[in-house]
Amino acid sequence: MGKHNFGYFVHEGFSNMFSHGFMSFAAIGITVACLLIMGTFTLVAVNANRQLEDLERENEMLAFVEEDFSETQVLQKKLEAIPNVTSVTFISRQQAMERFVEQYPDEELFRDLDPNILRDRFSIKIGDLERISQTKAAVDAVDGIAYASAAEEIAGGFITIRNVATVVCVALIAILFIVSVFIISNTIRLTTFDRREEIAIMRMVGATNGFIRWPFVYEGFLMGFLGASIAFLLEWGLYEAVARGVSTSDALQLIDVIPFRELWVPVAGSFAGAGIFIGVGGSLSAIRKYLQV
Amino acid sequence: MLESESALIELKDVEMEYDNGTKAIRGISLRINPGEFVFLVGPSGSGKSTIIKLLTGEVEPNAGRVRVNGFSTRNISERQIPLMRRTLGVIFQDFRLIEKKTVYDNLAFVMRAVGASAKESRKRIPYVLDLVGLEKKAYSYPDELSGGEQQRVAIARALVNNPATIIADEPTGNLDPERSLELMDLLVKINELGTTMVVVTHEKDLVDHFGKRVVTIDSGRVVNDSVGGYVGGRIHG
Repeated sequence: MGKHNFGYFVHEGFSNMFSHGFMSFAAIGITVACLLIMGTFTLVAVNANRQLEDLERENEMLAFVEEDFSETQVLQKKLEAIPNVTSVTFISRQQAMERFVEQYPDEELFRDLDPNILRDRFSIKIGDLERISQTKAAVDAVDGIAYASAAEEIAGGFITIRNVATVVCVALIAILFIVSVFIISNTIRLTTFDRREEIAIMRMVGATNGFIRWPFVYEGFLMGFLGASIAFLLEWGLYEAVARGVSTSDALQLIDVIPFRELWVPVAGSFAGAGIFIGVGGSLSAIRKYLQV
Repeated sequence: MLESESALIELKDVEMEYDNGTKAIRGISLRINPGEFVFLVGPSGSGKSTIIKLLTGEVEPNAGRVRVNGFSTRNISERQIPLMRRTLGVIFQDFRLIEKKTVYDNLAFVMRAVGASAKESRKRIPYVLDLVGLEKKAYSYPDELSGGEQQRVAIARALVNNPATIIADEPTGNLDPERSLELMDLLVKINELGTTMVVVTHEKDLVDHFGKRVVTIDSGRVVNDSVGGYVGGRIHG
């Protein structure tokens, strides 16, 4: 690209966008709609994922200490050194009994139990639930641990939910993305069809493909960026409104919506990236057939 | 591939068949020297348009060689096709002006397309518009002009990048006889300034009037090549 052509290309990109007002409006509108649908779906998925992560964090493994083993601090260090273990808390048999009683306040029978019938134990929290079996085996293998107990089935349930949610989310976003590129490419193709004579004349007088292509690339870039900006603002407003609705709803109080200030950077970045990709990709694909010879 | 700097068109044993099996050119050899004025005549479907497409690099010959202003289209790379086209100015029967641009912008646009600066355009365009007699119409839009004026804008556009050769495809097809004669006078004047001129037409009276070299094409072959007007055969659209 020649130096003095840069300004010309940008100017052409801008003026083409305005001179084909309706088609540009249509392309930007479709970009906004597609990004908004994709963005909303992704944000719902991100929030659902966060909820699942929180629930996962609650899931703990118990490692029971052998009866005659007293060096619990050494044991704690060994347990903490096991990969995938994120935290280890010692619970004495006395504390275990107190919790037991707290958990079942209506059961009179538990009140007079001797704590010595219970074992000292460690509450172990793990990072990756998918590796719960290996982690449990490693805990079992530690000298001084009688056995470990983990709710592997519950963990498996969480993993399945997350995997299904991820696959559905990725598939939907991919489909929406392809549909967006297709629609925008067709919209831009209509604007290029409108200007095929212009392109034919440029080719006939010896304009290079690059010279013909660049104004369309800038136009696609501008439309994509504009679409992404509008979609971002709308997404922001929508998200805040939904977050307010959830926080004031009695039925949905358990749901903890991630504040938008934590999400705006990746949302803005993804919207800008996707918008520009869709705009530029759509332009390039639309103009390709006019640059064959 | 750049073979020579001289302005020259040469077709040597050229054969051309379209994908649908139509054999448009059947062994044509033709040489046009720098500065010549040549009428290319023949009935519809004779192969005139295919010759223009071969010269502008829109199609490639199946056999033989086409050389245009130093470029051989047989082994020309895709990157060189625009460079070859810059040595040509093409005029179409239907003018093909951009309706949304003024006369000046229609010309500036093609100058910009080959890398000219705005300053160069400001210098060159008034000169070319003066040459075709449209200096006062620079800021008119095509639909504000008559057919003859629009075709003169098309001529100015073909001229503005100072090509070695101008190829005019039925340039008078949409004009009345008087305007046709004026336009052809203009093309002759441009030719006298040194530009090689290839004019495709089926207007016998115009061809006879100017007494230039006439190449007659029929069924994809050169059936006559003589100077001084159309000799024998048939010319009809």
